[in-house]
Amino acid sequence: MAEHRLIKALVTEDIGVIELHRPDRLNALNRQMVAEIREQAEAFDQDETIRIIVLKGAGRSFAAGADIGEMMTETPLSMEIADPFADWDRLRQIKKPLIASVHGFVLGGGFELALHCDLIIAAETTEFGFPEIKLGVMPGAGGTQLLTHVMGRRKALEWLLLGTSMTAQEAHHFGIVNRTVADEMLEEETMRFAQALAKQPPLSVRFIKEAVHRVENIEDGLLLERKNFYLLFNSADQTEGMQAFLDKRPPSFKGE
Amino acid sequence: MHLEEMETIRYERADGIATITLNRPQAFNAFTPTMNQEIIKALKDATKDAAVRAIVITGQGRAFCAGEDLGGVDDETDHAAFLRERYHPMMRLIKETPKPIIAAINGTAAGAGMSLALAADFRLVKADAKLISAFMNIGLIPDSGFLYELPRLVGYAKALEIAVLGESLSGQDAYDIGLATEVFSADEWEEKVQSFSHALAQKPTKAFSLIKRYMMDGMHEAYEVMLEKEAQAQRIAGKSADHTEGLQAFKEKREAQFTGQ
Repeated sequence: MAEHRLIKALVTEDIGVIELHRPDRLNALNRQMVAEIREQAEAFDQDETIRIIVLKGAGRSFAAGADIGEMMTETPLSMEIADPFADWDRLRQIKKPLIASVHGFVLGGGFELALHCDLIIAAETTEFGFPEIKLGVMPGAGGTQLLTHVMGRRKALEWLLLGTSMTAQEAHHFGIVNRTVADEMLEEETMRFAQALAKQPPLSVRFIKEAVHRVENIEDGLLLERKNFYLLFNSADQTEGMQAFLDKRPPSFKGE
Repeated sequence: MHLEEMETIRYERADGIATITLNRPQAFNAFTPTMNQEIIKALKDATKDAAVRAIVITGQGRAFCAGEDLGGVDDETDHAAFLRERYHPMMRLIKETPKPIIAAINGTAAGAGMSLALAADFRLVKADAKLISAFMNIGLIPDSGFLYELPRLVGYAKALEIAVLGESLSGQDAYDIGLATEVFSADEWEEKVQSFSHALAQKPTKAFSLIKRYMMDGMHEAYEVMLEKEAQAQRIAGKSADHTEGLQAFKEKREAQFTGQ
């Protein structure tokens, strides 16, 4: 298996597990980590001995957002050229079922990563949210599209515009997660679920996943979201929002 | 023995029991913003402290807790805001704390003071103490979880009477409707509260925490949902040291020594 710095990969029988492994930063996503996740998911996808891929987080959280320090000085052009979302596009091409096994904080990019998975099992004290708006930006890796597909326009707007967290119970109510389980049982219940899926006929699984994904047809929306996300990096509010976050003070937004 | 005097409460820890004593006897231990904060801090400390296996909340002097200090309430008060900001975090923490919480109701529990008693896992009442909703006496409604807890504890009809008709409940009344676990007379009060708390603290408190986490859900969740919660909780309890000890003690025909692990 390839050498990774920010994730760990392990295999249990026919289940490939990708563990986000930056626990001292609550597994905040950065480009390197997303690239490693994509690489490993593709490797598992190609591996004939693997039937199901599980994503989970080491330590106290699945993933608490993105690395703000890394994003702070981006501009619309620097992002258009670097194309940091190419890895996310490839993650959506994975053919085997992806199960997110989440706990603690699942925020921002972490929530987008979970929403990229086909199924989500959540510990019952998990908190989900898109706090991007509090930083003067917005989700850029599919959050607006994927959340809206699950819960509908009105509820999705409420969460995206307020940026507040939702409990695992709320997430379950709106169909965002498949199961909520006792915190202590997350790993065991995830594996039990994965093992049940691994027994299904792989070709049916693959073709059902492909057909179900076609319903969402979100490619245009994703592109618009991405361009709007880039655009906000030309605003004073983005600079102020992220600086205030790093300074741990309330931001002062001007609409500029 | 550990003792901490805060501005409005006293926090003591001895023999595995943390005792939070509301300590504004001149004001019948009425809540102030500081008291809400200090109770939160004490509950967090008790939760983190591995030596603590039961928590007692009681009042200094003649009252348990008179509820919100009305001295701070006027025309300008936003009642919703003070509930959200001051009371809800405290009440949530009581529900989330995995350790057993005993309200030792030494005197009048009125208004939000009664809500506090209702949120506890067990209520011990001194015979001459009184529980009174009191909210409607000043044109308000019972709050701080009262409307959720009371019908679950005593049934809807009785809960409505208590909330609306404004009669106070004596210790014996509270016991008779199942609201109080025990009633103790004044002369045996401290000793009996101590022995009840001590006995509770010796129980397999890991298992207790799982019962506390899920049992209230049984009042509103579907049967299938509860069966699954029970299965998962039993799996957790089944892996506990207390279960191993319980089985072993059963086989050896001796009394189990539980550690809460």
